[in-house]
Amino acid sequence: MTFTDLMPASPEIVLLLMICVVLISDVFISDDKRIVTFWTSIASLALTAWSLFASAPEARTLLFDGSYVSDPLSQLLKLAAVGMVALGFLYSRDYLKQNELLRGEFFLLGLFGLLGIMIMISANSMLTMYLGLETLSLSLYALVAFERNSARAAEAAMKYFVLGAIASGALLYGISWIYGVTGTLQFDQIALVLEQNPAMNALPLWFGIAFLIVGMAFKFGAVPFHMWLPDVYEGARSPVTLYIASAPKLAALALVLRFLMEGFGDLHEVWQGMIMVVAVLSLVIGNVVAIAQTNIKRMLGYSAIAHVGFILLAIFTGTEQGYGAAVFYTLTYVIMAAGAFGMVILLSRKGFEAEAIGDFKGLNARSPWFALMMLFFMFGMAGVPPWVGFFAKLNVINAVLDAGFPGLAILMVVASVVGAYYYLRVIWYMYFETGEDTSVFQAKLDTRAVLSVNGIAVLALGIMPGWLLKLCIDVIQ
Amino acid sequence: MAILFQTILFYCFAVFLIGAALGVILSRNPVHAVMFLVLAFFQSAVLWLLIEVEFLALVLVLVYVGAVMVLFLFVVMMLDIDVEQVKGGLTRYAPLGFAIAALMVFELVQVIWVRGRFASAAEGFVPLPEGYSNTEALGAVLYTEHVYAFEIAAVILLLAIVAAITLTMRKRPGLKLQNIAQQVAVKREDRVRLVKMESEKPE
Repeated sequence: MTFTDLMPASPEIVLLLMICVVLISDVFISDDKRIVTFWTSIASLALTAWSLFASAPEARTLLFDGSYVSDPLSQLLKLAAVGMVALGFLYSRDYLKQNELLRGEFFLLGLFGLLGIMIMISANSMLTMYLGLETLSLSLYALVAFERNSARAAEAAMKYFVLGAIASGALLYGISWIYGVTGTLQFDQIALVLEQNPAMNALPLWFGIAFLIVGMAFKFGAVPFHMWLPDVYEGARSPVTLYIASAPKLAALALVLRFLMEGFGDLHEVWQGMIMVVAVLSLVIGNVVAIAQTNIKRMLGYSAIAHVGFILLAIFTGTEQGYGAAVFYTLTYVIMAAGAFGMVILLSRKGFEAEAIGDFKGLNARSPWFALMMLFFMFGMAGVPPWVGFFAKLNVINAVLDAGFPGLAILMVVASVVGAYYYLRVIWYMYFETGEDTSVFQAKLDTRAVLSVNGIAVLALGIMPGWLLKLCIDVIQ
Repeated sequence: MAILFQTILFYCFAVFLIGAALGVILSRNPVHAVMFLVLAFFQSAVLWLLIEVEFLALVLVLVYVGAVMVLFLFVVMMLDIDVEQVKGGLTRYAPLGFAIAALMVFELVQVIWVRGRFASAAEGFVPLPEGYSNTEALGAVLYTEHVYAFEIAAVILLLAIVAAITLTMRKRPGLKLQNIAQQVAVKREDRVRLVKMESEKPE
């Protein structure tokens, strides 16, 4: 193996090197110049994105004896993940500064989490997938507990840690059964072995797959393994919630796709039923419980559960169309989620968290432009045309209809209508109610500009979804 | 002859292992219990050596005896547990303990007798070829085939250090720290005060 053989893995290598640079340089920076760490982190992300483009292989490439894969799917998801983390850092900067939380560790843990996400996206073996998941989870636990003096954050981190450890255990247990049956760790090898030995498609393997799906559902936050999600969203500081709500969803998608599409694609009937139950429950419970929430972070948490239901139903179809729809849905959802939490951060200031939905009252009077942006995010999530959420939902419903499940398609439409209620309530508060809070936003110009671009992207992607949709279908094939 | 010698060794160490295990649960002093556990680990390491898994035996001694048990000792010494109070719950939880023990005995019987009948001893344990080292074999795949996973594991350790420091290191106000510069720059006038006093006279 020579140095150039490692080229496809250069995004991870560059990111790890830059993490070390940030880690060392942060030590020499005094507290009042901490903003330098922020810019070094942004530079690291830019370098990583550049190396993603520079090292893009022509076709699917395996590396490290088949434990690493670089394919168009990984390129697309990694690029989105890098972008989401950069957005999260940018939205968080002013908030962290005001709350005296601007410490190098926030960015460092965020970069470590991104490394975990990238390892998961590029995993071609169950071992690397698990290690990537642990890298991501460990940095998320620490990020949730980041504010050391807050009892709420500590409680949320504790819940997250304990439940996350159980989920990792379930996943690992499933992996050990699958390894025991098939005798290989690599996803493509698993598919090959199962094709050659149909007799392996029996109870022990199904047992392993069941545990695998439990672990995935936990990490994705799907019902009935969703209990941690609203509490963690609420308990963590808004920048951390933004981080958890965006990029890790891409990693969870990669986790599900690599296992179920690449490993067990041919055993589609085996896992289809389990995924369906989890997805339908998420769709119903997520949307219904979100209505009762008064805290916007909790509400967005339950809305995330409902969106996961859509993503899982797209994967449930087991068709290329369905997988493509899942990728499209996840990509557009994380863009909207990042924007919505970006708005929550924008409305917060020192000593005040804009957590209640009521805090959005009268936003139109305070800032018509950002009220419009929030309207974009909410309409996008609700699935109102022409915002991008509509096309994401439409694709999934199409895929499910083509797979021959009209009942599920109707359920998705009904759930979307129910879900529209709580998104529209936020819009109602912004435009038709008056709030007592009339303070000016603290965020700097660049944050506002990026948030505006984020909002406009939700509309622009909705008007021209074709290219992204084509890209999502192409990367699956 | 060699087989007989190995069998004698096995039974010697197995008896010591069971004795040490009993010592762990029966000794009244928690420090003694930890020491018995160390002994138990050593005995099982030897048993592993007998079935030619040197690497696991070494790791058991290095990791468990060298690191984990030392940590245990520290914790036991720091916590100052009242053993009598802990033992008060013994009768209350005894039924649960016996149920779990019965379950484990049942599982062992399943594995050893029921399954063992179908597997002949000859094909179960083939002696490894002369000069075969499983430490070497493990190292050979660890640094070639699994080098990526190995590197990620290293990253996780680094991350764990960063996370632990993030969560625990804090600057406390009112901490009594030395300021070396101040100490060096101190002058005689700051510390010593000459007081004029009348010398005492004998009465």
